[in-house]
Amino acid sequence: MLELDAVTKVYGSEPPVAALRGVGMTIRGGELVAIVGPSGSGKTTLLQIMGTLDRPTSGTVRVDGADAARLDDGELAALRSRSIGFVFQQFFLAEHQTSLDNVADGLLYAGVAVDARRARASAALDAVGLADRESFRPNKLSGGQRQRVAIARALVGEPAIVLADEPTGNLDSASGAAILELLEGLNDAGATIVVITHDRDLAAQLPRQVEMLDGRVVRDATVLRPLL
Amino acid sequence: MRRSEAKPSPATVEAAALNVASPAARLSTRDLARVASVGLRTRRLRAGLSALGIAIGVASIVAVLGLSSSSQAGLLAEIDRLGTNLLTAKKGQSLTGAEAQLPLTAVPMVDRVDAVEQVADTGTVDDADAYRNPFIPVAATSGLAVQAASLNLPGVIGTEVAQGEFLNAATAREPVAVLGAAAAQRLGIDRVYPGERIWVGGQWFYVAGILEPAELAEEIDASVLVGYAAARRYLGYAGVSEGEPTIGPPSTIYVRAQTDEVEEVQSVLARTANPEAPNEVDVSQPSDALTARAAAESALNGLFLGLGAVALLVGAVGVANIMIISVLERRSEIGLRRALGATRAQIRTQFLVEAVMLAVSGGAAGVVAGVAATVVYASTRGWSAVIPPEAWAGGIVAAVTIGAFAGLAPAIRAASVSPTEALRTV
Repeated sequence: MLELDAVTKVYGSEPPVAALRGVGMTIRGGELVAIVGPSGSGKTTLLQIMGTLDRPTSGTVRVDGADAARLDDGELAALRSRSIGFVFQQFFLAEHQTSLDNVADGLLYAGVAVDARRARASAALDAVGLADRESFRPNKLSGGQRQRVAIARALVGEPAIVLADEPTGNLDSASGAAILELLEGLNDAGATIVVITHDRDLAAQLPRQVEMLDGRVVRDATVLRPLL
Repeated sequence: MRRSEAKPSPATVEAAALNVASPAARLSTRDLARVASVGLRTRRLRAGLSALGIAIGVASIVAVLGLSSSSQAGLLAEIDRLGTNLLTAKKGQSLTGAEAQLPLTAVPMVDRVDAVEQVADTGTVDDADAYRNPFIPVAATSGLAVQAASLNLPGVIGTEVAQGEFLNAATAREPVAVLGAAAAQRLGIDRVYPGERIWVGGQWFYVAGILEPAELAEEIDASVLVGYAAARRYLGYAGVSEGEPTIGPPSTIYVRAQTDEVEEVQSVLARTANPEAPNEVDVSQPSDALTARAAAESALNGLFLGLGAVALLVGAVGVANIMIISVLERRSEIGLRRALGATRAQIRTQFLVEAVMLAVSGGAAGVVAGVAATVVYASTRGWSAVIPPEAWAGGIVAAVTIGAFAGLAPAIRAASVSPTEALRTV
């Protein structure tokens, strides 16, 4: 689903700051991966490059089989609209829109007609357990519920991969745990999810942990889940 | 790590081809309208205030054009009502500069011209002045002229009797006067009642009536009109015909010509009125003056249009300003949209369309306000409201253009916002 090979990213020129110093990683379909590291370790840069929001200084990124370096702005946008879903720490929901319309906007740039967008958004909200909050605006929802709406928006296009940047960062621990549970459930249902976090405890709950430090992968461990 | 370029799987190649072959989807018009109106819907007060500048500019331009068209239409309707077929022939000056006279035969001669429908005439009684009563100082003439008038004068010059009656065959022989509208005002007479009299040429004259203002013959307004016979008998205004004293000569002849023969009549009028000295007759067409006034009023509009344009310019700056602020404030929205798959072009279009919508909503409000102002003002003046299509269409087109220009730089700026930076800001 997602392949990184010898990816580096250098910001600025005077003096240059290397955020990534040669990262290679393959994420297969159906995986649930935690990328964990302290701040400054390059994990956010990594997420942006994985999500094709930024281009690497060198190295290759393949998303859903497409080499991101060979795509122009329009094609990258199309790739994002079809193959990548984002979940952000700050949710980034439109306050003037209902949950349903917020989720439906996940398909806005994918060329889906409005009725189909809403039907799929309704199903996605149902999948995150907010079927009864379709007509609520974000300011009527709790933080955890808002993040669920954001997750539904990321999932509504059935992307090849979901990239979640500190999805529990703005939530209390109970809501955070519930969100994590939701992500695990969605992963069980087939979604490929990458969670970026600085929280080692949270990362430890996920089956695969990639540890970053100073722009490098220092540990990539897959823990076999105990069968219940 | 396995190197995937070395040996790509068939599935990978296929997927890559699929992605490359299908570029970003276009937004439907409805989606574009919804996305572009987000800023307007969520920040209504701000949008309203910045659209206000455009609204004021467009309103003033529409109102100026509407008012000038309406006033012109009103004037032209007035001219139409009064008729453009009125010609006047006045006594002019002889070659030596002395005051010339029209011959006594002038009126019947003019009446004999085929294309002439009606002829009326007045003779200015220079020796007489009109006063409210004998106690008014002689010098206080109020600028009034005393004129002998033919009995059909009001009909020919296109005015009516406001009060009382005009002169008739009987009153024309007696010391009876009819007042022009301005004359009545200056003499302080606003109502005609039996026994009302004024002091004309050292003698009481009874007031029979007051005329409405005569737009095509304003000299009548400031006149006290008496019959030719009365002028001869009481005011000494007389001529000599074949050795016999008779009524006085006309000094102005009013001619109604057939509408399609006006020019022909005009060309022969001087010669007909005074065959011996046609150059001593001044011929004119009074409606020309009104037509010239209509043209002059539209010339004044340039100033107001300029002011409207300045208001529009200020409005444009306001829209550009608000759009730039909007782009700064909505960086995270821009970042999110890019993450959701919006291309740079789609972000640019969104903000450009938003600016145009903002300007057009202001322009539409301005057109409505300008039309309303025109309708209200025109109705108070008794004109029919005329809004030239170029006024409202021009207002809308100006608003679109302004929106596009004002929105261009902010839209380009929005499109160049890097999604990574936009998403980092909280």
